[in-house]
Amino acid sequence: MSPSGQGRRVGLVESIGAHLLLIVAVAFALYPVLWVISLAFSGAVEPTARVIPVPIEPTLEHLRGVAFSTLEVPGGPDRWLFGLQLANSIVISLATALVGVVIAVPTAYALARFEFVGKDSGVRALLATQMFPAVASAIPLYIILDGLGLLGTRSGLVLCYATTAVPFAIFQLRGAFETIPRDLEEAAMVDGATRFEAFRKVVLPAARPAIAVTALFAFMSAYNEFVLAHTMLGREEMYTVPVVLQRYISEFSADWPKFAAGSLIVSIPVMVLFYIAQRHLIAGLTAGGVKG
Amino acid sequence: MSPRTGSFAHVLCLIFALLAALAPARARADDLRLWHAYRDAEAAALVEVVERFSAATGHRVELLAVAHESFASKLVATIPRGQGPDVFIDSHERLGDYRQRALVGPATAALDDPAVYSAQSLAAVTRDGVVWGVPLSAKSVALFVNTGLVGHVPKTLEEIAALSLPAGVYPLAYEAQSAYGHMPLLAAFGGRMLAEDASFGFVGPAAERSLAFARELAERGAVPRDADGALVADLFRSGRAAFAISGPWLVGDLAQVRFAWRVIPLPVVAETGLPMRPPLTVEAAMLSPQGAAKPAALALARALGGADAAELRQRQAGTLSVRTDVPVPEDNPVLAGFRAQAELAEPMSADPAMRSTWEPAFRAIRKVLRGQADPAEALAEAAHRFADVRRPPPAAASPTPALLLLGLGLLLVAFHLVRRARDPDARQALRRSLPAYRYVAHSVVVVGLLVFVPLIVGAATSLFAGRPGEGYYVGLANFVEILTARGGPLLATGSFWFVLLVTFLWTAVNVVLHLGIGLALGLVLSRPTLRLRALYRVLLIIPWAVPSYVTALAWKGMFHQQYGAVTGLIHAVNDLFGTSVEPIAWFSRFATAFAANVATNVWLGFPFMMVVTLGALTAVPADVLEAAEVDGASRWQRLTRVTLPMIRPALAPAVTLGAIWTFNMFNVVFLVSGGDPDGATDILVSEAYRWAFTREAQYGYAAAYAVLIFLLLLVTTRLPAWLARRSEAAR
Repeated sequence: MSPSGQGRRVGLVESIGAHLLLIVAVAFALYPVLWVISLAFSGAVEPTARVIPVPIEPTLEHLRGVAFSTLEVPGGPDRWLFGLQLANSIVISLATALVGVVIAVPTAYALARFEFVGKDSGVRALLATQMFPAVASAIPLYIILDGLGLLGTRSGLVLCYATTAVPFAIFQLRGAFETIPRDLEEAAMVDGATRFEAFRKVVLPAARPAIAVTALFAFMSAYNEFVLAHTMLGREEMYTVPVVLQRYISEFSADWPKFAAGSLIVSIPVMVLFYIAQRHLIAGLTAGGVKG
Repeated sequence: MSPRTGSFAHVLCLIFALLAALAPARARADDLRLWHAYRDAEAAALVEVVERFSAATGHRVELLAVAHESFASKLVATIPRGQGPDVFIDSHERLGDYRQRALVGPATAALDDPAVYSAQSLAAVTRDGVVWGVPLSAKSVALFVNTGLVGHVPKTLEEIAALSLPAGVYPLAYEAQSAYGHMPLLAAFGGRMLAEDASFGFVGPAAERSLAFARELAERGAVPRDADGALVADLFRSGRAAFAISGPWLVGDLAQVRFAWRVIPLPVVAETGLPMRPPLTVEAAMLSPQGAAKPAALALARALGGADAAELRQRQAGTLSVRTDVPVPEDNPVLAGFRAQAELAEPMSADPAMRSTWEPAFRAIRKVLRGQADPAEALAEAAHRFADVRRPPPAAASPTPALLLLGLGLLLVAFHLVRRARDPDARQALRRSLPAYRYVAHSVVVVGLLVFVPLIVGAATSLFAGRPGEGYYVGLANFVEILTARGGPLLATGSFWFVLLVTFLWTAVNVVLHLGIGLALGLVLSRPTLRLRALYRVLLIIPWAVPSYVTALAWKGMFHQQYGAVTGLIHAVNDLFGTSVEPIAWFSRFATAFAANVATNVWLGFPFMMVVTLGALTAVPADVLEAAEVDGASRWQRLTRVTLPMIRPALAPAVTLGAIWTFNMFNVVFLVSGGDPDGATDILVSEAYRWAFTREAQYGYAAAYAVLIFLLLLVTTRLPAWLARRSEAAR
């Protein structure tokens, strides 16, 4: 038996198998997305069962209709509504990511490095909050935001999103900090740095990939959310894009092509972020992980 | 400050500056707020009406478009806090509900001479002798005729159904499965959804005959069995339905069709000799209680309902006016058709109980059309369901025992704390903890205020019943009701125990598939010799990056029995291999509906597991695997004895998290199957949602569901660790 020859043949078969498996998986992953794309570019409808998602009578009309929507202000010039709404979405999501990370970083660090009274019960309680469905806690949250005078504002919405972003970021980052060797900070402290300086100058840079991924998650969950956004935001020029999309499909008439066109535009920023972050994604995710 | 933190601070400042800059100029205190649900041409017409009003009176008006579905919930959230609109345009059928919640004020002072409104529309906005809104327009469905396909329009529904048409063209398309779509037919048989005394009207011989009739239409292939509004529009637009029952919202879609069409009143049902009468919705300008006190708001409501405004809306947006002094333009036969229909229509009941008829009626109609139940049987079930939802909430209980328990608990905690504070060890531990507290203090405040307080208040809601704002303490009655399945059989569809089983099955199947697929793809992707790895990885992550509500709806479309892509695949397979697989009605049976939900959720969730696996695999050192190979371990042994045990610690938390997410995965269940068939695929969270938002706003009941979900998750995630600790202690 010649191990190398047979090994190569087995390798070839396996390699073909691997590619086949991956191609099937990619087809599975892309198929629904291709339908959304085809719908967004279709100029006509044809109610028949089709297999291949290609647009019928291709047109850019829907994309244009969504992207160039304007707000007619009584007695004033029209404003570019969609631009405002996209800016809202992006700024609100960035703020959520930032608030989440800024609050979570020191806490996660303390959880990873210090022993203190109440640590274990605190962590367990925090994990438990993630198990409570939002259906029941949404209304008390409104009342609190109302008390703070933030109901119906974008800052209030950011705080709403922070309620899920912060606990998740804490868990995620605690795991990341735990994987960073203590020697690094200890060496810095021997060199005369205070604990906080060591944290800032040594640990934070080392945890950058994990922080980026955590921020990406917070960004994405805020960016895609529409139930809270819809109830919280009081004016059309404050709406985030998912709320706008929801308006295209109402009970009586559903404008599916516009909905699809809007979905495409919404997905692009997240896709770009994912593409940029994908190198870090794998390292950042495993470093974290929830430990109860 | 180091350069890095400096730049970080800059970014922070920039973002908050952006948040502030995006904030529109604060509305002036005397601005009027007007909310509406209009789109496109109707919204543009409204803006013009408002501009005229502002020019004439000098009052600025701030307009807000709100989605029709969430109009009510938004009013409830804002009006009691003084942040709601002064005037809002909504359908009259919500008036009963709004009145009950004190969201509307009287509008009599904003009316013109009552004689100028059609009697129907005025009656629709009058309750208890008071007018609660200025009627603006009337909307109902009517019959759209493709005159290119049919030259002579038959008088009766039976004749329409018997038309001989080219293959693939339905004689008639209407929303057969929705209660709203069935109402005209029900009226033709002399029945109604809600009886005069607010009891369930959709029972008895008239209702049964109407259902049998609808079933026959579907069985003969005269109408599509499961058309929603969008499909009705598509069928008519593409010339695949000769007639369609639809409303004014279809008109805009028909701007570019190449055939001639017109709008006429609905036909007569020959079996009874009565016409099909659609429900009429009157849109009215209503005033919030604060708006009703403002003369300017009253003037705005009056202007909205004025003859000028009505004329403008008819001309620009094709919205049918209810004013008798505003004639339909002669060059607008479509509007004339809708007006003729409106005169024959009956205003929808504005009783709050009307809302509770939709879900039971909808389920009954669907069951009958799918041939899963006889009309009588399905309707009896619907009546039972209606009665169950309308059942008065549990009686008030004395809060004394709970308060006693609470006091006792607080006392114990205080006692415990005092003892700890006296203990020198504990004091020292506390002192040692001080540096750590500096890092966590701020997040304790934020998380405490924003996460724990709402959660505790929310959990406490489960001990109350009644509408929000007038709730009263009922003790554990909500829990008792849930756990006893509201007095019905314990394992009936929709009972807590049944839903619980479905939820566990749902979670288990999803987690296994997520993990299996994610693991397999992760392992394949980490093959050292694989080419195009980066490309595959990016493409496979896409399901994660697209918003889940978008893809959930895309999947639902793919599972449509007649026009979905899955059916297209089945046809393609049949053509290719000469087989004869029937297209599957995915949402009519539990197994297939469940499978559709699972397919969607697996699609959404596998990339997460794949990425976690990939990450975990990078931590498996190559030399360990090589050593195992040298020792003669086969590939399979290397996988199961080395790789999997090594990545297990990294995967375990992700699996726990994934299980929690899946357990509470509301979007997929709600958007894909919507609980079909008959609520069987609902999971606990979607059931809680229904109690909170579609069944009489029973927040206390929904909160009790939430508490049960929480306890279940807590126990199941804690159990393994607890068992492990116990067995260790035993050893």
